[in-house]
Amino acid sequence: MDISTILQQIFNGLQLGSIYALIALGYTMVYGIVRLINFAHGDFYMIGAYASYGLFFAIGTLVASSFSGPTAAIILFIIILLGSMISGGTIALLANQFAYKPLRNKPRLSSLITAIGVSMFLEYFLSALPVVGPSYRGFPELIKKTTYNFGPAIVSNFVLLDLGVAAILMIFLTVLVRYTKIGKAMRAVSQDKDAAKLMGINIESVIATTFLIGGSFAGVAGLLAGLTYPRIYPYMGILPGLKAFIAAVLGGIGNIPGAVLGSYIMGIAETFATAVNSLIGEGIAFAILIVVLLFRPQGLLGEKVADKI
Amino acid sequence: MKLNKNSFFSQFLNFFKRRIVLFFIGSLLVMLIIMLLHQFEILNSYIIQIINVSLVYVILAVSLNLINGFTGQFSIGHMGFAAVGAYTSATITTLLLKITPTSLPNYLVFIIALLLGGCLAGLTGFIIGFPSLRLKGDYLAIMTLGFGEIIRTIFNNINYVGGPRGLLGIPKFSTFPIIFITAILTIIIIRNLVFSTHGRALLSIRENEVASELVGIDTTRYKILAFVIGAFFAGIGGGLLAHLIQIAHPTQFGFMYSILVLIMVYAGGMGSISGSVIAAFVLTFLSEGLRVGLASLSDLIKFPVGDQWRMVIYSLLLIFIMLFRTEGLMGMKELKFLIPEEEDIDGKCS
Repeated sequence: MDISTILQQIFNGLQLGSIYALIALGYTMVYGIVRLINFAHGDFYMIGAYASYGLFFAIGTLVASSFSGPTAAIILFIIILLGSMISGGTIALLANQFAYKPLRNKPRLSSLITAIGVSMFLEYFLSALPVVGPSYRGFPELIKKTTYNFGPAIVSNFVLLDLGVAAILMIFLTVLVRYTKIGKAMRAVSQDKDAAKLMGINIESVIATTFLIGGSFAGVAGLLAGLTYPRIYPYMGILPGLKAFIAAVLGGIGNIPGAVLGSYIMGIAETFATAVNSLIGEGIAFAILIVVLLFRPQGLLGEKVADKI
Repeated sequence: MKLNKNSFFSQFLNFFKRRIVLFFIGSLLVMLIIMLLHQFEILNSYIIQIINVSLVYVILAVSLNLINGFTGQFSIGHMGFAAVGAYTSATITTLLLKITPTSLPNYLVFIIALLLGGCLAGLTGFIIGFPSLRLKGDYLAIMTLGFGEIIRTIFNNINYVGGPRGLLGIPKFSTFPIIFITAILTIIIIRNLVFSTHGRALLSIRENEVASELVGIDTTRYKILAFVIGAFFAGIGGGLLAHLIQIAHPTQFGFMYSILVLIMVYAGGMGSISGSVIAAFVLTFLSEGLRVGLASLSDLIKFPVGDQWRMVIYSLLLIFIMLFRTEGLMGMKELKFLIPEEEDIDGKCS
């Protein structure tokens, strides 16, 4: 591998990592607050992709006719971005309300199974609906692809877009968690649920907010993935969801900067491994998971928690 | 009198009075009745085929119940073990037999192949269990899921066993009596294990791992034991499945099918063998019923109703079971014929 290939793979890895990061943030936040691996999280991402797809065909021509030139593309992109956020967030809220909330005081594994059920339901329901169907669909070209030369590597505007959107959302999340009241409540609930309740925090509304934010981030990831790898299908969320979860574990689950770090490591590792051999590319995520869980189960940035007896 | 009590004949009689022996004899009778009904064409081959598939799922669900229900380890990659068993036994009966034909009768070759498949699956269970059983709950779940997928990906990439095309032309060695007896033996062996000293250790790990470690139970050893035995039977189940539907294909052992087995375990009740058996039958028949029902529905309304609706109903079923009957159909109870007589003294079972 020469230097230009390496640089190129790093860019591809960063792009993939941005998508993983947006999914992993939701995973890690939900886990941090309700200690639930939300298996359906990858499907919120799929919902985001389908919502963007549908929205494009619903309003694409309308926007293109009322605005001209690049403004139309920008406005359309922003509307679709918001649409993907709202759809992902809404589905996440509904899943929380109807499937996870009634099980809050039951054993944790039963919510995990319910999450698998929700995930299956979303996938098969969409593939059973005649308007969606189980087959692959090409994602429309919202934005023209242009490429820039960056040293020896070629960078497309999609790389910049993915990185940019991910960065903006991450900054938004950091500000939200660090400096706002709801962020403080989230941190409190993730530290000690019962104490937070005693301090007058409405736990259910904090959990709902977390699901909303996590779901909307996953929805955006779906839109970006649709743009970058223009092919969507109802089961597209399974593998990225799993890999994003592994990225969250790698960074230290429940830890927001850790999820981002883990996702970028994961993205870069995956692109390099795929460049070597596609089989290794498929397996690298699980290999990373196994190594992390064996040698540093708390993750790169996580803190070790002792078992309470 | 005393002499009489210990005489060979009374011991012989007592042996047949034991519930588990009665259970075995009773199930053999059921098997004969089903075979007779098939002979007189009251049950057609289609129903027999569904019963066969149900019985394979009984083996898979009961073995997963040993890991999930009785030992409390959350494993969701069970079909990975089944894949190892299926491919191993199918390789022996299909590929190796072509190269070196033996004079052994077919059923003997099949049994040896099944056992080898089971052993290899058990070995896989050991290899997977050894590192991952240091983990708990959610992490273990993800780890087993990952391993299940890795096993599937490996088979997808081995050209010798067909790769993504799958291994075709497997002889149909899985006949109804073989599957039935294997399922009954699986139930009896796992039931005997659960009600033994070792079974007590497994249950204590489920109830409280730290406490059971404190009373001197080697928790890691017992968890691996449960994993290996569960994987062994899953391997045998996989082998039977491959020889029943005469193909071993990577997709047939995907995550989805692991979840199907998991649904059976949870619907029947974690820690209830009879629950798993009932759930395996009910869900397999329900699945076939839905297939037929949806097909006739789409004929009726002149509009294609996709087979995916079956899975939609399945997933809703899973969610509703979890929401409204978290403990499953049977909870932790067993049907009486699976409980040893000694357990009656307390008047209750585990």
